[in-house]
Amino acid sequence: MRTKTFLLIPFFFLLLGIFLVPTVTVVAQQPTPSDDEVNAIARQLYCPVCENTPLDVCPTQACAQWRDLIRQMLAEGKSADEIKQYFVENYGARVLSEPPRTGLNWLVYILPPVAFLAGAYILYRAFRSWRALDKQASTQEGSEVPPAGDEYVARLEEELRKRK
Amino acid sequence: MIADFGFGVIVVAFLLALFSVGAAVYGALAKSYRWAESARRAMLLTFPLVAIASFTLIYLLATGHYELEYVYSVTSDSMPLYLKITALWGGQAGSLLFWSWLMSAFASAVTLRRWERDREFLPWVIVVSSVTLAFFLALTIFFENPFARWWQTASGEVAAMFRPTGAIPLSPSGGQGLNPLLRHPGMIIHPPMLYLGFVSFVIPYAFAMAALITGRTDDRWIRITRRWTLVAWLFLSLGLVLGARWAYDVLGWGGYWGWDPVEIAAFMPWLTGTAFLHSVMIQEKRGMLKQWNMLLIILTYDLVIFGTFLTRSGVLSSVHAFAKSAIGPLFFAFIGLTLVSSVSLLVYRWNDLKAEIEMKSMLSREALFLLNNLFFMGVLIVCFWGVIFPLISELVTNQKVTVGPPFYERATAPLFGALMLLMGIAPLSAWGHSTFKTLGRAVWKPALVAALAVVAIFAAGIHNAVALIGFGLVALVIFVTLYEFWRGAMARHRRTGENFVTALWRLAGRNRRRYGGYLIHISMVLMAIGILGMQVFQTETQGTIPQGGSLALAGYTVTFDSVAQFDTTGGRNVTRAVVSVYKGDQYLGDLYPRRDYYYESGQPMTIPGVRSTLADDLYVILVDWQPISAVGATFKVYHNPLVNWLWIGSLVFIFGTLVAAWPEKEEVKS
Amino acid sequence: MSENVNNATIPPKRSVPLWVQILVWVGLLGLLAVLALALKRSQQGVVKVGDTVKDFTLTTFSDDQHPGGQQFRLSDLSGKVVLINFWASWCKPCEQEAPDLEAAWRSYQAGGEVVFLGVDYVDTEPEARSYIAKFDITYPNGPDLGTRISQAFNRQMGVPETYIIDRQGKLRYIQIGPFQSAAEIQAIIDPLLAEK
Repeated sequence: MRTKTFLLIPFFFLLLGIFLVPTVTVVAQQPTPSDDEVNAIARQLYCPVCENTPLDVCPTQACAQWRDLIRQMLAEGKSADEIKQYFVENYGARVLSEPPRTGLNWLVYILPPVAFLAGAYILYRAFRSWRALDKQASTQEGSEVPPAGDEYVARLEEELRKRK
Repeated sequence: MIADFGFGVIVVAFLLALFSVGAAVYGALAKSYRWAESARRAMLLTFPLVAIASFTLIYLLATGHYELEYVYSVTSDSMPLYLKITALWGGQAGSLLFWSWLMSAFASAVTLRRWERDREFLPWVIVVSSVTLAFFLALTIFFENPFARWWQTASGEVAAMFRPTGAIPLSPSGGQGLNPLLRHPGMIIHPPMLYLGFVSFVIPYAFAMAALITGRTDDRWIRITRRWTLVAWLFLSLGLVLGARWAYDVLGWGGYWGWDPVEIAAFMPWLTGTAFLHSVMIQEKRGMLKQWNMLLIILTYDLVIFGTFLTRSGVLSSVHAFAKSAIGPLFFAFIGLTLVSSVSLLVYRWNDLKAEIEMKSMLSREALFLLNNLFFMGVLIVCFWGVIFPLISELVTNQKVTVGPPFYERATAPLFGALMLLMGIAPLSAWGHSTFKTLGRAVWKPALVAALAVVAIFAAGIHNAVALIGFGLVALVIFVTLYEFWRGAMARHRRTGENFVTALWRLAGRNRRRYGGYLIHISMVLMAIGILGMQVFQTETQGTIPQGGSLALAGYTVTFDSVAQFDTTGGRNVTRAVVSVYKGDQYLGDLYPRRDYYYESGQPMTIPGVRSTLADDLYVILVDWQPISAVGATFKVYHNPLVNWLWIGSLVFIFGTLVAAWPEKEEVKS
Repeated sequence: MSENVNNATIPPKRSVPLWVQILVWVGLLGLLAVLALALKRSQQGVVKVGDTVKDFTLTTFSDDQHPGGQQFRLSDLSGKVVLINFWASWCKPCEQEAPDLEAAWRSYQAGGEVVFLGVDYVDTEPEARSYIAKFDITYPNGPDLGTRISQAFNRQMGVPETYIIDRQGKLRYIQIGPFQSAAEIQAIIDPLLAEK
């Protein structure tokens, strides 16, 4: 009987060891995320309370707390997108460096290219109408022959003569 | 007492400005020379008056009259004299007075020119300048008064010009002091440069309005204001570059441009101003685009006012914005007035602005200039929309959003690339005649050299597509522009027998606008080199290291030697670290990043230690995520390749603009 | 001026087409309207004294009795006087007024006619909980998720700010900055309590 109890104790500690060691090892496998890793994500976010300041350079205490939060979430294994998503849920869409592509925000992405294309089209139409008018004029009056040869020098000399 | 005197003086100046508007309008409508002259004299008189008021304020600032609210808010005993003087533009009220001073100076300078050929313009130019001056003086008198003083009333401390009932005067013994971030040489020159740029764009606008009102819609107004526009553009560009330099030196985030709404507000008039500079050349050479040029100068002026409004009214949230102020509504009314009146005038005169159209080829210089305008407008739309959209989004959805660098960079990069391509091709095109063949013949040699440059860069190990395209375009522009210089000088050399250098000098001297313009193009691509280097190749790292430890980045090693903490002049406590920089094994020198803490304002500042070469900057800052001590200090190291080309480029464009704007002997008569 | 006037062509004169004029004016006036509204908002905040406050729901931090937090909806509280206090753990002036708020709360708690709600503005949960524990705050507190609640009160919310709503759901008092004492708070709430 006493031998059994005597043997039970190391067996108990052995069991304890088997169950404890893995957890200890698991914890030790998560190194603290470096400042660079935190910054890589903080750069993409804006401070929720300061004016237009990215989170990695914001000097306030609140921002320091948020950077620690990012570090913590990185240590838990969260991905960059998950962290950004968490910030959006908690602090609103303004923490992102550009508006999320939903709803009304599509307007911000669509309008500039559309406006540019509209401008290009207007320019094209203007060119066409000017060329047409010009063709009209030149067929009426005889087209002017573009100067041949070293036209650049000739032109330059003409300008210099005028300015002399 | 002195403050009351200063206030009285600006009230008189304000009344004079109003009088000058009335007299000028009457003089123009009644065709009375005497009334127009009277208006001119009134306008001239405002300058010495506003100058006296400004000197009064400077005196009050320099001598520490803290009973005045403005002096209290921007100066303190610990500030050196030069900072106290430049605090004139350190806060809202003083900077508005400074604006008025510059406006009256420029308006007076314009009224002092010889007007014989343009009598009919004079009254209307005076009207526009005086209305703008009166507006800024009104802001100062009624809303943001730098001469207001502190009073103690029953409900607390109040700042006002005249004694509120039951109040007694208050005289604080010290001042708050200027925000430490603003105590930097860049911040001293940056606002005046910007204001000079803004104010000087009012003059071409005034002439444009005069041309519209009087119906003299030929290009006389453009020829008169040609130099003003160049000078305005120079100041505005300098103001932007100085702001970027200040941000780089002092804000401690290793960058120079954050696409902040207030930065963009100053950038937008630059965009339209640059487009305007190019498209007026088409009007002068070909008589075309009169309507478009009018529209551009109207846009430039309105963007100046709009930008000033955004910065100062509290509508935008920004690190740059002044504190919320009551000037918003008046500003808004002024914007409305100027927009509506200028657009109405333009529509009214639309037909009279039609002109001879000659567009022989889509590859002619006119056509390429028009493309240039299209791309500048494209960038303008991106910027304007990015600034306005958060306001709209918040009104509609009640949710704030941020439109930040990724949006702007992605949208404007191809547009700027296209502009660089145009800078490479357009100098080779000809006015009027240009076919694919003639242009191709001119372009292929520089294009080939540029392509070879790209191959060389690729072989050197750079494979990033954006960088390769960007550097290729830079090479194209440089080769084309140098080729133009060479061709012109050779042509002259052959014709006159002068040696090459003299030929080059005389060539540029006889054709300053063109060759000054080419120099400016070169300066722009030099700046593009810096921008590309930063955008594509900037790297950073951060870490906490003990004394003796080091951080490695981009082949450099930064070793922490020591740190010291002490009080110093200017009322601040400094934590200063000494780090040594090595490249491989080679010792390159020491850097001294530091953090200053200003006792009065409780504001910290981060000053980087920077090692600058043509190839790159190594930029080290002291970070306070953890307490700083010899045991461990946190450093952030940035490697900024090619960034100094930005500043070099800006020096070149100053030179180029001087060349372009330098008066030529024959033109003095006009 | 132009070197080739002979070859020039003058296009027929036509005025700006009507649709372009309309488009330009609509755009201009639209822009001015946006600016005017934005300006108005920045000057005065979203709600003024006398406005009816928009309904919102506050979910408190979870605790032992409420694992998912409690839900407080403003409309459910009509008939009672509601004090809404915006605070944050990183806000120094908030600490100044925290004991006063708690003391005022305790004086009204038994009566059941007054509700205090603490809205944690743009904060992190662990720090918020320490703050609550530090000042032994017993009235409900919850995070302002997505800053939706604060946006309904002040576009440029600062902390601390307190909004007091009467029994009819109308905003009656705005306090920007900390209260100086519990008595100050009671002096504002008592008259509102007296109204029926």
